[in-house]
Amino acid sequence: MSRRVRSTVFALAAAVFAVFFAVTCTELPHFGTADHPYGSRSVAAAVRQHTANVVSSVNFDQRALDTLGEESILFGAVLGAVVLLRRARDEDRAEPEPRPVLPSTLLLGAGLLPVTVLVGGYVVAHGQLSPGGGFQGGVILATGLHLAYVAADYRVLRRIRPLAVFAALDAVGAGAFTLLGFAGLLAGGAFLENVLPLGTFNQVSSGGLVPLVNAAVGVEVASGVIMLVAQFLDQAVEIDEPAAGGRRGGGAGSNR
Amino acid sequence: MNTAPGAVDFLVGVALVLVVAAATAAALTRDPVRQSVVLSVLGVCLTLLFLLVQAPDVALSQLAVGSAITPLLILLTVRKVRRRPRAGAGHGDGAAKRERGSGR
Repeated sequence: MSRRVRSTVFALAAAVFAVFFAVTCTELPHFGTADHPYGSRSVAAAVRQHTANVVSSVNFDQRALDTLGEESILFGAVLGAVVLLRRARDEDRAEPEPRPVLPSTLLLGAGLLPVTVLVGGYVVAHGQLSPGGGFQGGVILATGLHLAYVAADYRVLRRIRPLAVFAALDAVGAGAFTLLGFAGLLAGGAFLENVLPLGTFNQVSSGGLVPLVNAAVGVEVASGVIMLVAQFLDQAVEIDEPAAGGRRGGGAGSNR
Repeated sequence: MNTAPGAVDFLVGVALVLVVAAATAAALTRDPVRQSVVLSVLGVCLTLLFLLVQAPDVALSQLAVGSAITPLLILLTVRKVRRRPRAGAGHGDGAAKRERGSGR
């Protein structure tokens, strides 16, 4: 296909899309009005299901199947990154050398690490009550762990982050979501139906299936992001490409 | 919300201006290392905007992914790319790379 044909095809498609998109937009409900048909129904459903955080109720109860799809996308993306960024046969591993860290950085990182991990766990555990949940808390957990790399060095991070464990946890988290869905089928309901006791509104143990699915997502996202960053770190810090000359010394020296 | 609607509109407007300014700056920055820092600032501006339009769940995601994970992955990628031993590439590249490496 020549350049001109390509441009023509694109221009035609863009014109058709622009017309239909513009027509569709005129039919949208007005922005900022008091009438929210979907919003009022989902809020009522969330209150019925004893889930204080309506967003969590939508994500993990009313539209849990959508979230299962999203989690699978994340799982697949991490899997793809792990496969793409693994060490190739002709690449070497160079042990990174530690470098001095500013005492203030060390103090700040060592102090913030437990706090961040605690906040991450809190956000995962309170997804059914307050803003946040498995995804947000999982990312906070994964980010918090990498403060060890900022505050100390790569070898300390490797010690507190056994990759084999997190790889397994990633799969366990992703699988647990699906298995929790089958719990609904076993209880005689639909896939991912909230069949558990709903508990007292605004308590940690409320929302039925929501906190469990939240926990599964939290484990999956935290392990997934840890695996993802680990592959990038591995490439950036440890893996040396076959050098043409004697670049090894210089390459390893620039690592901490 | 108990706040007057005008005040909220004003704050949303301020956040929108911040987002536009940060996004323009990110698009105009050519060096990927600097760009990742500007991207991080853009992430914080977007977080503010989401918070003001009462979407704290999205704001948390944006803060964690947009202003922490994405810039980190960009920085690590840049570091990897600049580390690549190029046959015949001068030594000046190595010195520049070491400088960048500490800026992550």
